[in-house]
Amino acid sequence: MSYTPVTYDNTPLFERRPLTFNPALTRNRFNAFCTALAAVFSTVAVLPLFLVIFYVLIQGGRLLSLKLFAELPPPPGLDGGGIGNAIVGTIVVTLVAALISIPIGVGGGIFLSEYSRNGWFAQAVRFANDVLSGVPSIISGVFVYGMIVATRVIAGQSYSAMAGGIALSVLMLPTVVKTTDEGLKLVPQELRWGAYGVGASKVVTILRITLPAAFTPIATGVVLAIARAAGETAPLIFTALFSPFWPEGIFSPIATMSVLIFNFAIMPYEAQNELAWAASFVLVIMILGANLLARWISKLARP
Amino acid sequence: MDRGFQLLSMALAAFVAILLLAIVLTVFQGAREAMATFGTRFITTSSWDPVSNQYGAFVAIYGTLVTSLLSLLIAVPLGVGTAIFITEDLIPASMRNAIGLMVELLAAIPSVVLGLWAIFVMEPAIRPALQLLHRLLGWSPLFASEPQGPGMAPAILILVVMILPIITAISRDALNQVPLELRQGAYGIGTTRWGALFNIILPAAISSITGGVMLALGRAMGETMAVTMIIGNSLNFDISLLAPGNTIASMLANQFGEADGIQVSALMYAALILMLLTLVVNVAAQWIVRRLSLKY
Amino acid sequence: MKSSLMNPQTTARDVCMSLQNVTISYGRFEAVRNVFMDIPRGRVTAFIGPSGCGKSTVLRALNRMNDLVPGCTLKGRVLFDNNDLYDSRIDPVEVRRRIGMVFQKPNPFPKTIYENIAFGARVNGFKGDMDELVERSLRKAAVWDECKDKLNESGLALSGGQQQRLCIARAIATEPEVILMDEPCSALDPISTLKIEETMHELKRSYTIVIVTHNMQQAVRVADMTAFFNAEAVEGGSGKVGYLVEFNDTERIFNAPSQQATQDYVSGRFG
Repeated sequence: MSYTPVTYDNTPLFERRPLTFNPALTRNRFNAFCTALAAVFSTVAVLPLFLVIFYVLIQGGRLLSLKLFAELPPPPGLDGGGIGNAIVGTIVVTLVAALISIPIGVGGGIFLSEYSRNGWFAQAVRFANDVLSGVPSIISGVFVYGMIVATRVIAGQSYSAMAGGIALSVLMLPTVVKTTDEGLKLVPQELRWGAYGVGASKVVTILRITLPAAFTPIATGVVLAIARAAGETAPLIFTALFSPFWPEGIFSPIATMSVLIFNFAIMPYEAQNELAWAASFVLVIMILGANLLARWISKLARP
Repeated sequence: MDRGFQLLSMALAAFVAILLLAIVLTVFQGAREAMATFGTRFITTSSWDPVSNQYGAFVAIYGTLVTSLLSLLIAVPLGVGTAIFITEDLIPASMRNAIGLMVELLAAIPSVVLGLWAIFVMEPAIRPALQLLHRLLGWSPLFASEPQGPGMAPAILILVVMILPIITAISRDALNQVPLELRQGAYGIGTTRWGALFNIILPAAISSITGGVMLALGRAMGETMAVTMIIGNSLNFDISLLAPGNTIASMLANQFGEADGIQVSALMYAALILMLLTLVVNVAAQWIVRRLSLKY
Repeated sequence: MKSSLMNPQTTARDVCMSLQNVTISYGRFEAVRNVFMDIPRGRVTAFIGPSGCGKSTVLRALNRMNDLVPGCTLKGRVLFDNNDLYDSRIDPVEVRRRIGMVFQKPNPFPKTIYENIAFGARVNGFKGDMDELVERSLRKAAVWDECKDKLNESGLALSGGQQQRLCIARAIATEPEVILMDEPCSALDPISTLKIEETMHELKRSYTIVIVTHNMQQAVRVADMTAFFNAEAVEGGSGKVGYLVEFNDTERIFNAPSQQATQDYVSGRFG
C-alpha cells in the first residue's frame, strides 16, 4: 500500500497558526476580557450580601443584650426598651402559618405525586400552584384583608395574629406543595412495589414508606419556606398589624419583627431606628440559621 | 380508608386551585366599586386625592413598570455573568460553590432588612454618584431632578439586589443542563471558551434563562417592602428617575391600613392591576420554559 | 526507546502522534498507565479493549479533550508536529483545530445543517466559498444526498446515523490533520454503521484517523493498526488501571498476537 503524505499546513483557506498560546490574538484578548467581566459581575453580585450582613451585625449587634429580648419597645421619643413582643409575635405568626400550610401542602403534594401523576386535574393544580407562587406577597395581604379582616369572620376580630398567619400561609403553601410533589417523585418506584408486594394498602404505603423516604427533600423545602415566611412583612402590615404590647392571644393584633423593622425604620427617632437594626440582627440570624439548617438536612441524606 | 385518604388529599390539592381563584375573586370583588366609578381613567390619570375621592393610579403603574424593567436591565447581565462564572471551570470548584451559596443566602435576606439597609447605608452612599449623574445628564428629563434621598433610582438598585439571586440561580441551572456532549462538540471543532458560550451554550440555555428572567420580572413588580422604604412614595408624577416615585405595591403597603370607603376599592383596583401584570408575566414565564425548553 | 520496540512495523513510517510514557489520572486514581505508542500518519488506528481499560481516556488525551473533565491530569508526553501537547505554552484551542473529534453520541449543534458545518469553518478562519465547503464536507461524510434539500432545517431533525455523519462532516469541514472518533457507531443501527465505515475508508486518504471501538469486527474492517488495551486490578487498592498490552498491524493483532491477553480477548474468551 503506497501512501502519499498530504500537507495541511499550507491549506490557504484556513488560518493555521503555531500550537503555542498567543495572548495577543483577538480571540484570546476577547476571552480574557469576558472572563474578567464575569469575575467583576460575580463580585458585584455577592458584594451586597457582605455589606448587608456587615451593617446588620455592626448596627444590630451593638444593642444585643438580655433587655432586648425581655422588654417592650419604648414609646416614641424615649430611649431603651427591647423587642421581646416582636420576637414572640414572629414565632407565633410563623407557627400559625406553618400549622396551616404544612398539612394542606403535604396533602396536596401527596395527591399530585401519588394519586394523579399526570391527569388534567393534577396539571391544573400544578399550574395554579406555580401561579400562586408568583402572586406578590402584598396581594396575599390584600386578600386576607378583604376575606377575613374586613369581614371580621374570625372571632369577630378585625386585625389578628391569626389573620397574619393565614396571609403567610398563602405564601408558604405553593412551596410546600411543590417540594412534597417533587420530593415524592424522587422516591424510587421499586420501594412502592415492594410495599404493595407484602400486601400494604396504598395509604399505608404512602404514610409508612413513601413519605418517610422523601422526608429529606420535603423537610428541606418546609424549613426554607418557614424561613422565608418569618421574614415577610408585606402580608402582615394590614392583617396582623402591630402592637406595642405583649401578645394577647392569636385573635388580637400582634407585633412581629418584620413589621417592627418597617415601622421603626421610617420613624424619626434614633432609639426606634436602633431597635429596627437590632430586630434585623435577630431576624437575619434566625433566617440564615434556618437556611443552613435546611442545607444540613439535605446533606444528611447524602453522606 | 384508602378511598377516604385519596379524597382528602384530592380536596387538599383542589384547595390550592380554589385559593388562587378566591384571591382573584376577592380582589376583583373589592375593586368593583372603583372600577365602576373610575373605569379605565384610573390607569391613565395621576391624581390620588382622598379628600375629593378622585383616584388614578398612573404614577404607581408607571413606577412599577419603570423600576422593574430597569432593575431587570441591570440584573440580567450581572446574574447571567455570575451564573457563567460559577458554572464554567474558570475558578476552583470550592470557590464556585462558595459564590453560589452566597448568592442563595442573599435571596434569604428579608426584603424589609434590605429596605432598612437601603435607607441608612446604600442611599446615602450612592447619593454623590446620583448627583454626579444629575450634573452630567441633567439636560435629559430622566435625570432632571436633584436627588434628595429616597427616589426611583435607589429603588431600582435595591430591586437589582433582590432579583439577582433568582436570575443567577435559574441561569446556573439552565447552563448546567446544557448537555456535556454539546460543549464537547463545540470545543472539539476548536472554539474558544467564550466562543462556545456565546454561540452554542447560551443559545441552548436561552429559553430557561428567559423564563427565569420573566419570573424575576414578576418578582420585581410585586416586590413591596424594600421599595416602599426607599422610593419616597410620592403621589405626584415625575418622569425623572432621581425623583421620588411610587409603585402599586408600595401604595398598597402605605395606604391600605388607613383607607376606608372608596379608597379601599381604589386600592383593590390597583392590586387587581398588579395581580394581572404579575399573572401575565408568570404565565408567560412558564409557557416559555415549557414550550421552548431544551431540545435535548 | 520502548515504543519502537513495541511497534516494529511503524518505525519506518511517518509518525503523526507519539505518546511517551503517558499516565492519565482522575483525581488520585490512575485511569491508564505508562502508554508508549506511535500513531502513524495517513492510517486508521483502532483502540480496542474491555470497558474500563482507558482507551477512550487515551483518545481524548490526544486533543486535550480531557481538559474539560475536572481533576483529570496527564503525565508523560504527547508529541504532535514537534510539540508536546501538554506543554504549558500550548493553546488547547489550536490543538483541537488541528485534531478534530467525533463523539460517541451524535451531538449536532441546535442549528441548521448548513450552520453546523459553517460554524466550525468560520471559527477556524475559513476564507473560501462557504457553500462549496458545506457541500464538499457533506459529500465526504456521505450524507450530502440526504441533506441537500434541507440544509436550512435543524441538524437535530436528522436520524441518529445521519446526525453522526453530519458530525463527521462538521469535523472534516475544518480540515484537521487528525480525526479522533470515540465509538462513533455505538449508538447506531447496522446500516448506519456500515455507511460510516465506508466514510472512514474515504477519509483515510486525506486524514489520520484514530478510532475507539468496542466492536472487534469493526476494527478488522476499518483499521490498519490496532492497539489492545486491558485493565488490571491495582495492587492494594480498589478499582482498575488500564494499560496498553499490544500495538501492531491489525492483521497481526487478530491473527498472531504476541500476548496471551490479546489472544484471549480477540478470540472472545473474555471482555
